[in-house]
Amino acid sequence: MTTSLPFRAGLLSLVILAIFLGAWHIATAGSTPIANIDPEYAKLLGQTATQGKSAMPGPLDVGRALWTHLRDPFYDRGTNDKGIGVQIAWSVARVAAGYGLAILVALPLGFVIGMSALISRALDPFIQIMKPISPLAWMPLALYTIKDSGLSAIFVIFICSLWPMLINTAFGVASVRREWLNVARTLEVGPLRKAFTVILPAAAPTILTGMRISIGIAWLVIVAAEMLVGGTGIGYFVWNEWNNLSITNVIIAILVIGVVGMALDLVLSRLTRLVSYPE
Amino acid sequence: MSERFISIEGIARAYPAADGLPIAVFEDLWFSIRRGEFVCAIGHSGCGKTTVLNILAGLDEPSTGVVVVDGKGIEGPSLDRAVIFQSHALLPWKTVLGNVAYAVKSRWPNWSADKIKAHAEKALGVVGLSGAEFKKPAELSGGMKQRVGIARALSIEPKILLMDEPFSALDALTRGTLQDEVRRICRDTSQTVFMITHDVDEAIYLADKIVLMTNGPGAQIAEIVDNPLPIDRARTEVHKHPDYYAVRNHIVDFLVSRSKNFAEEQAARVAGGLPRNNRHPPVVRPLAAPALMPAATRAAS
Repeated sequence: MTTSLPFRAGLLSLVILAIFLGAWHIATAGSTPIANIDPEYAKLLGQTATQGKSAMPGPLDVGRALWTHLRDPFYDRGTNDKGIGVQIAWSVARVAAGYGLAILVALPLGFVIGMSALISRALDPFIQIMKPISPLAWMPLALYTIKDSGLSAIFVIFICSLWPMLINTAFGVASVRREWLNVARTLEVGPLRKAFTVILPAAAPTILTGMRISIGIAWLVIVAAEMLVGGTGIGYFVWNEWNNLSITNVIIAILVIGVVGMALDLVLSRLTRLVSYPE
Repeated sequence: MSERFISIEGIARAYPAADGLPIAVFEDLWFSIRRGEFVCAIGHSGCGKTTVLNILAGLDEPSTGVVVVDGKGIEGPSLDRAVIFQSHALLPWKTVLGNVAYAVKSRWPNWSADKIKAHAEKALGVVGLSGAEFKKPAELSGGMKQRVGIARALSIEPKILLMDEPFSALDALTRGTLQDEVRRICRDTSQTVFMITHDVDEAIYLADKIVLMTNGPGAQIAEIVDNPLPIDRARTEVHKHPDYYAVRNHIVDFLVSRSKNFAEEQAARVAGGLPRNNRHPPVVRPLAAPALMPAATRAAS
């Protein structure tokens, strides 16, 4: 009676999920209705007071609402009523734009820093100071200079994804094994060919690790950034539903943010596996 | 010209020590290698053997002195001088064929992909690796990896082959087979070879001349041993040759005691009226003492 580890782990996960959902359901379920109350008055008081029902939605409420969202994710009925798919698409597009720009800057710059001890040392103080700045601290400056809230959000994503990629690229390039570089030297390989055929493949796993850290941070930051800039995106959706006092929708948004974040991480981890090599 | 195909002329290499003063790892080395000759350098760790090889490869530069190859001073690495690295140094993300093809393409950038592939496959065939072309280096044993390294070095048809303890990481059986193959290939192609080794038997089996280096810092060439064994030798028979133990004992004696105390030995020799000229290190040819040789063998040789 031995079953595989993945099967047993999956089973345990399901059990934990069931316990969690059960506890949630019990915690938010109403108690007995209070008798002898005028129905009109009861309506005014709401279910929290009259039936002991929690204001926190239960798993069944969330499940129902989630089903409505997933059935029609892409509708657009004005500024404050867009499908959750549309909001996610906006967020992913902003992350893609900021992250893409960061790649365009971080890879070449990281290569230069990794190859040149001089530039590495010269830029180090700037990187060390810029790296720990919360990306949202840039927001007012970005809004003031760029004068466009959408572009400012993209800038914030750019600045937060830049550092892990830059530092990992520089580190990966600087720590390419000397013997591989010597192989290229003895074969009289030119600098550009060496960069693409030896240094890049050798540093690729480290670079991809940096990119994976970056996408995680970018996805964390986009929610906060969109809460600030407003208009569209999953972060704005969360804030909007909070103003609507729709805790159900807030919970759904949290769930969706988690799932998309996991998917982005999965893509990057697959790519990392693709470029890594056993030694 | 062929007398001094490679000529090492008074090279020294100094590194700054902790107190800032330079310390010479080796100094005033002179020796030459003829075309088609197989030369081994032997000496203890720290005598700068690898540095000498790296200077020949163009990967390192001497602090003073020059190295002339085929009438031209060495300026940086060249495709004319192929290196077989101790750690094989294969690119792990490329296949076996990809590693060799990379070298072939570097040598002949204008060749078509088909021609490069065919040439690389031929080189792999020479070292007996046909069939493993599409494996990654991580899937190969140590011996097979080193074969790929040899194939890669030979594929560019270099004028000189430089080997840095190529077999030291291998087990004895694999080492023996690879020694046989390297000797066969180098003889077939009249390859000029400079090789570093720690293994006395390996040096005796493979080399025409063995350069003995004293201990560093300040290492020097003590002697150059002219290998008395015949050109046609088999690894399994070489220790039965009457001169074998004379050479072997000479080298082992050197490594065990003389390499440490060479300065004193030298001083004694100079005091005895035998001045030393670094430009022409003494060449010795250890032979078996005639009295120890069985009459039959002596007649045969």
